[in-house]
Amino acid sequence: MPTLADAIAAGLAIGDENPWPRRAVDFDHWRALVEELAAGRWTLLGLWGDQDAVHLALLDEAPREVAVVTHRCASGVFPSVGRLHPPAIRFERSIKDLFGLEPIGSPDLRPWLDHGRWGLRAPLGARPELASAALEYAFLPAEGEGVHQIPVGPVHAGVIEPGHFRFSVNGEAVVRLEERLGYAHKGVERLMMGADLERAARLAGRVSGDSTVAYALVFSRAVEAALAVEVPPRAIWLRALMAELERLANHFGDIGAICNDVAFALMHAHCGALRERVLRVAASCFGHRLMMDRVAPGGVSVDLAPEGVKRIRDLVGTARRAFPPLVELYDNTASLQDRTVGAGLAEPALVRRFGCGGYVGRASGRRFDARRDLAYPPYDGLRFEIPTLEEGDVNARVWIRIREVEQSLALVEQILDGLPDGPVRAPVAAGRGEGMAVVEGFRGDILAYLRLDADARIERCHLRDPSWFQWPVLEAAIGGNIVADFPLCNKSFNCSYSGHDL
Amino acid sequence: MAVILDLVVQNAQMLLVLLLAPLLTGFVRKAKARLQRRRGPSLLQPYRDLLRLSRKETVLAEESSWLFRVIPYLIFAATWVAASLVPTFAAGLMFNWSADLIAIIALLGSARFFLALAGMDVGTSFGGLGSSREMMIATLAEPATIMIVFTLALLAGSTQLSQVAAFMLSPAVGLRVSLGLALVALVMVAIAENGRIPIDNPATHLELTMVHEAMLLEYSGRHLAVIELAASLKLLLYLSLIACVFLPWGQAQPGAGPAAQLAGVGAYIGKLAVGGLFLAWFETSIAKMRVFRVSDFLGAALMLGLLGTLLLFVSRSL
Repeated sequence: MPTLADAIAAGLAIGDENPWPRRAVDFDHWRALVEELAAGRWTLLGLWGDQDAVHLALLDEAPREVAVVTHRCASGVFPSVGRLHPPAIRFERSIKDLFGLEPIGSPDLRPWLDHGRWGLRAPLGARPELASAALEYAFLPAEGEGVHQIPVGPVHAGVIEPGHFRFSVNGEAVVRLEERLGYAHKGVERLMMGADLERAARLAGRVSGDSTVAYALVFSRAVEAALAVEVPPRAIWLRALMAELERLANHFGDIGAICNDVAFALMHAHCGALRERVLRVAASCFGHRLMMDRVAPGGVSVDLAPEGVKRIRDLVGTARRAFPPLVELYDNTASLQDRTVGAGLAEPALVRRFGCGGYVGRASGRRFDARRDLAYPPYDGLRFEIPTLEEGDVNARVWIRIREVEQSLALVEQILDGLPDGPVRAPVAAGRGEGMAVVEGFRGDILAYLRLDADARIERCHLRDPSWFQWPVLEAAIGGNIVADFPLCNKSFNCSYSGHDL
Repeated sequence: MAVILDLVVQNAQMLLVLLLAPLLTGFVRKAKARLQRRRGPSLLQPYRDLLRLSRKETVLAEESSWLFRVIPYLIFAATWVAASLVPTFAAGLMFNWSADLIAIIALLGSARFFLALAGMDVGTSFGGLGSSREMMIATLAEPATIMIVFTLALLAGSTQLSQVAAFMLSPAVGLRVSLGLALVALVMVAIAENGRIPIDNPATHLELTMVHEAMLLEYSGRHLAVIELAASLKLLLYLSLIACVFLPWGQAQPGAGPAAQLAGVGAYIGKLAVGGLFLAWFETSIAKMRVFRVSDFLGAALMLGLLGTLLLFVSRSL
């Protein structure tokens, strides 16, 4: 059976891409690859635009290979991937919004990120046009006797991120849910263009605040791949330490928040206290609660003092004592289980098709974790398991988080035991280059692609949040549930608005 | 002279429930916060909230009719009257002849009817959602309440609260299974009627899961303050009702002096505190149920009420 490398071999080599191959392919080759993608041979890892080209990142699941193919859009059009492979549809709509490149044959040409408020059409394209009118947006219809619509958001009753949800309901039962996102669009890709590495790293760390370490890490790894920077071992280990602390804090927060959505505030209070402990230890060890801007190209910007090691060890000890009783409480509270078991089912076939990462994927049987499957140091030398469940309901997503907390605690201990000495940052020499990286954030795999010009300024940088593949599955998972269960399902997915809207 | 004293006691009772209601809400919140190892807001926070809301501008939806503006006061009036009918610290109040269980249920029912109307008046989808859920809960809770009233009335020979209380104090009452069933059913109904966990979550910010709050989403300023106060009064009313019917000990008897009246107030506040603590503990230990599970919960209350009534017919001694 031909591998992904064979499948793209006929394409034109580009040359300086790292660490995965990128090939320029023609119309027919692109179409053939998309057909194989739709048939389930590969998994979509990303699809993003450039001024005159589109890039398609593919993952071959069995040997865990990544490859990128590029299609030049001579006349501003490219053959649609979404026509055959729905997970690509929102990417294509964004490409059309940002670059003005038209996916030919796409079943959905409505705008996605562009709500008509930019004053420009296709701001990143070769020829941006002035535009003033807000765009009409037609939601997908749902017809039938007694079916009515409930618009929710983008402003919600709680302090949460903005997103619009259009429910078509029959009484309490959800017939169709359609998301409309893009309210948190900050123009990160435009701001990146021409930015120097320092500024770009700061921008990357602010794409989605709860994953700031993962984003800074994926960006730094892409830069290091592009410029062949050798990162000191201590920095590599400290990065993993921060990434695991971030995962712990977010998982604690999520487990509590999911329970809080069914009004079980006791779990929320205790998990919130645990999360707070992690954040305070992070603040005392690295100088920032969320560890923002602590990972930078070339290494890390702060070293861990010896007393910091002790604080983190104490934290792990506290968590190991405090967490199991909470897990027991979750497992033994019948009224809680009654809500989470069987709610918001994400079908394993759908999850595989969309290539959902993180707890959404692993709760529905997709055993993928970038830390192991596209292993990067120091994880290639650490022992950890990847918990997987088949059920795909809210309960399964909670349990994956619980198991990952246990794994992360073990990882933090291993990292502290093996933490090498030495410098924590290597100089980054300016130069031209192109790099990619995939890093496992707490939500799933984040992909970064970037191209640097001769002064090491960003020519193009694309950061793909795991939520791109999880938001559409949420739409499907809520079907057949009741409206009142949506907040619970939504919280169990906990997709990023900011990371998705860029 | 006696008339004046009666009037004073009656008015004291009306003012007492009004003044105590926000405190009870604050107390339950505080107790819940302590159970979650939080410090929680001050006991007086509900008063401050009411003051803040009453000073704020009232924003009206463009689509709203005159009903929307009138309804908060209707709800408040109905709930306040109902709450002041329940004998709290003293039995034999002036308006006792009207302190009828059926009347209280009717007053609360009409308050609910108007609130549901207000929810639909502005025409937002959340209001309609809340109203439809509230009505679903009401259609289940009201029959259950009626069955409880039947049980009590059959035993005491009256639906008047003071007579029920007097019967409970008399030696004729004995230990009766029917009363136990009625108590459990009344607690369940009280939880549902007040929109507490597991039926509804008064603290939620999730529009899609709300019942009571969804109908209020468009209210602001003094309108909201009045409705919030009515909600506090309703919670107080149900706790007072349970206390009056099942724990009438400590109530000042008709014609008692000021000292006995004061002792009655003390006993009443003690009962409220116990009830509030129980509510906080119960709400902390349970998650909210699915919307359609509410029918199971209230169906159980209805069955308990029905069983209580049936047992009375089957055996006069139980």
